[in-house]
Amino acid sequence: MSLLGRLGEHAFKHDMIEYGAGLSMVLGGIVVVALLTYYKKWGWLWKEYLTSVDHKKIGIMYIVVSAIMLLKGFIDALMMRAQQAFATGESMGYLGAEHFQQIFTAHGVTMIFFVGMGLVFGVINLVLPLQIGARDVAFPLLNSISFWLFTAGGLYILVSLMIGVFAGTGWTAYPPLAGLKYSPGVGVDYWLWSIQISGVGSLLSGVNFLVTILKMRCPGMTMMRMPVFVWATFAMMILVIFAFPILTGTIGMLSTDRLLDTKIFTADYGGNPMMYINLIWAWGHPEVYILILPAFGIFSEVVPVFSHKKLFGYTSMVWAIAVITFLSFLVWLHHFFTMGAGANVNAFFGIMTMIIAVPTGVKVFNWLFTMYRGKVQFTNSMLWFMGFVFTFVTGGMTGVLMSIPGVDFQVHNSLFLIAHFHSVIIGGVVFGFFAGYSYWFPKYTGFKLDEKLGKYAFWFWFIGFFVAFFPLYLLGFMGATRRMNHYPDGNGWQSLFIVAAIGALLILIGVLFQATQLYKSIKHRKELKDTTGDPWNGRTLEWSTASPPPFYNFAHIPTVHAKDAFWEMKKSKAQVETKEYEDIHMPKNSSVGVSLGIISSILGFALVWHMFWLAAICAVGVLITLIGRLFVKETDYYVKASEVKEIEMRSRSV
Amino acid sequence: MKRAFKVIIISLLIIATGALTAYYISSHNIAVLEPKGMIGLKERELIITASLLMLIVVIPVLILAIVFGWKYRAGRDAKHTPDWEHNSIAECCWWSVPVVIIIILAVITWKTSHELNPFKPIHNGKKPIEIQAVALNWKWLFIYPEEQIATVNYVRFPEHTPINFEITADAPMNSFWIPQLGGQIYAMPAMRTSLHLIANEVGEFEGRSSNISGKGFAGMIFKAEATSEKDFNEWVTHVKNSGKTLTWDGYRSLVEPSEYNNVEVFGNVSEHLFDQILMQYMPEGK
Repeated sequence: MSLLGRLGEHAFKHDMIEYGAGLSMVLGGIVVVALLTYYKKWGWLWKEYLTSVDHKKIGIMYIVVSAIMLLKGFIDALMMRAQQAFATGESMGYLGAEHFQQIFTAHGVTMIFFVGMGLVFGVINLVLPLQIGARDVAFPLLNSISFWLFTAGGLYILVSLMIGVFAGTGWTAYPPLAGLKYSPGVGVDYWLWSIQISGVGSLLSGVNFLVTILKMRCPGMTMMRMPVFVWATFAMMILVIFAFPILTGTIGMLSTDRLLDTKIFTADYGGNPMMYINLIWAWGHPEVYILILPAFGIFSEVVPVFSHKKLFGYTSMVWAIAVITFLSFLVWLHHFFTMGAGANVNAFFGIMTMIIAVPTGVKVFNWLFTMYRGKVQFTNSMLWFMGFVFTFVTGGMTGVLMSIPGVDFQVHNSLFLIAHFHSVIIGGVVFGFFAGYSYWFPKYTGFKLDEKLGKYAFWFWFIGFFVAFFPLYLLGFMGATRRMNHYPDGNGWQSLFIVAAIGALLILIGVLFQATQLYKSIKHRKELKDTTGDPWNGRTLEWSTASPPPFYNFAHIPTVHAKDAFWEMKKSKAQVETKEYEDIHMPKNSSVGVSLGIISSILGFALVWHMFWLAAICAVGVLITLIGRLFVKETDYYVKASEVKEIEMRSRSV
Repeated sequence: MKRAFKVIIISLLIIATGALTAYYISSHNIAVLEPKGMIGLKERELIITASLLMLIVVIPVLILAIVFGWKYRAGRDAKHTPDWEHNSIAECCWWSVPVVIIIILAVITWKTSHELNPFKPIHNGKKPIEIQAVALNWKWLFIYPEEQIATVNYVRFPEHTPINFEITADAPMNSFWIPQLGGQIYAMPAMRTSLHLIANEVGEFEGRSSNISGKGFAGMIFKAEATSEKDFNEWVTHVKNSGKTLTWDGYRSLVEPSEYNNVEVFGNVSEHLFDQILMQYMPEGK
């Protein structure tokens, strides 16, 4: 076997579109490298970000990576819409079948693993330690490792554009299609190692944040005084800890099927593909709650602040989260009622699924009654919340509809399903993130976002969403399935696909407004500046420190006496008492995270291309890096009280 | 003035969208909502009942969202109770009303899951017709075991006669779906699933695979035709006289991947072909 495994010339042969995409990525990379070199920013990047273990820096890096991946996933979506708008009857569209299949697979993987998860972990990193009055997460270095594994995983999707191909199996890669027999190439292997490596990162984050919430809360913050965002994160991390090992195991077995021909999931020789489908959804359904629960948490923060009123039904909210967490492990079979498990089994899982609508509905009512008798300020964050109510409620309704097996038989795998889950994921997770983005942006930058451009962006997104996805509900009812690179003409489908493509373009305009908003806000940061650290009259602890917060978050660890801790402090005016500054214990930067990220991305690449000698070297490299870390004695240091004082004085005086 | 103008434009747009949608729906075939078979009709009824039940909660939520947003917007002098955060009666209300609706839906779900179970045979006094469907890369093979004929990408059956589809695949997993007749079931290698449908009237229906199965997936379309008993029998005789035979060897070459296959008919089929296809995957069969 050659040194390069199965990597040969053919891996670089692509069509013009792929060359274009690859080329623009390389050019983008060159521009970034050139700019960093020109402005001599490499040292700064290395010290301040790449090796940082500060949860705020890691959060920002998560969001930057996710934003890049979002752009990539969105271009995939536009390409699919363009293909389906034309590829009917005689016309086969501008993409070949295999290329189209790679695009929808990459779209799904990108959006779920590298946008959804990335944004959620990003926001949690940024906000959670501040909300519980902590100076960092429980295991800061582990946090950096998680981020770098996440990034390493995301890299494969981009690399596969230039070297080889990506999977064309759909984002859940069901065998036997994803097995050796039908997909002998590298596509599924890219998919596999991309998810495997980032999945390990997610699991480590799950442990990290669960411990952080359990052990790092400031004095007085009992569980029932935690902000609902913290509760939502707590529940999410429980799901991560239970669900991600299933993913790792399942994909591990698929990888032995592909590398060693173990035939666990093959149709013949006693293998069982149905077992894979069960396992992937035993992870996959909790995964959607892993994404949506933090979004619920964000809305639970945003609505009370902009309604100038306490969150309605705190206890209900917490119980609703708990019920959702528990039930999310009892519903996986609703993804394949059509596999023929039998009426009793189908009915059980259907009913379990629809029960989830109850706690979810309770949350919506509680948010609405938070607005009731409030003073609702329609800032960008609040607009995203209102948009969420409309999209999420329609998506929830179609979801309950599909939880009835008798209905699911008629809409399963159709575009109706696609419309449903985009309603809940865009309406829920993405709108939730945008609400959080404009809400917390000033906390980490020191200036607000331009509200007017944000408003335009919202309306284009909101209307674009309905224009893009409502035709899909109808198409599903007309018998149009997902993942078609071509469909027969004469049935009127094309006009609806064209409408959907127009919707996608409207969303594109929304995205452009958001880019302009960011650019203009940075340009006008002086006018948009917030010097108080509390621009929205906030209720939780993150607003009690400066914007942007000092790297140690709080000069004095706060003491909490009630829910809405900061709100109560402001009311009682207790925070004015002056304490002596003390030395602060902080972790030191470490290059372990970034090293592990680089090594494991080479490891995965080597495994994709069967360069086993290189994989072995990388595996040893991972071990050496980890063992080497054990010998580092000085992992932490103390910030002197005098230095703390100086920093605090400076931020006060600005 | 400016505001009134905006309101008029927006209402006009909404009305226009509604009218266009209504026109589109009335002038096109919305398969799932215009079924031509008993199973499909029951499934449509289920869709409508469940939707209406859910609207009991959904409509108030949407109205509340608009009303609260409007009434309690900042700058308007509405009542403000910043510390009101709990009301047991209200909260009991929105825990219990959805619970009641979900209980009703659960009962419906339990009943219909049994009634519409794809494995459940349909009885209407007539002798059912047996059809075996095999998903191949990338076409559908239909075998009529009693008539000893076979077809590719085309299936015909008499109206008002229960159809017992037996389904498998000699390819990656597919899903067998004829939207106008009723729900779908997976076609999996090494597995035998079944689907029971019936056509209430004569007609031509689109059938397709709804589960990604590789390169030629989009072309896995077949025509399903319900005809009168007489036409069906004539067609069978016609096919029988067509002369082509599907032997095991012929099947092996049919299995080779191909896309957008034309309709093919075989007047004779080697016996137990369907079982033979399944047995390839069983260790004893080797």
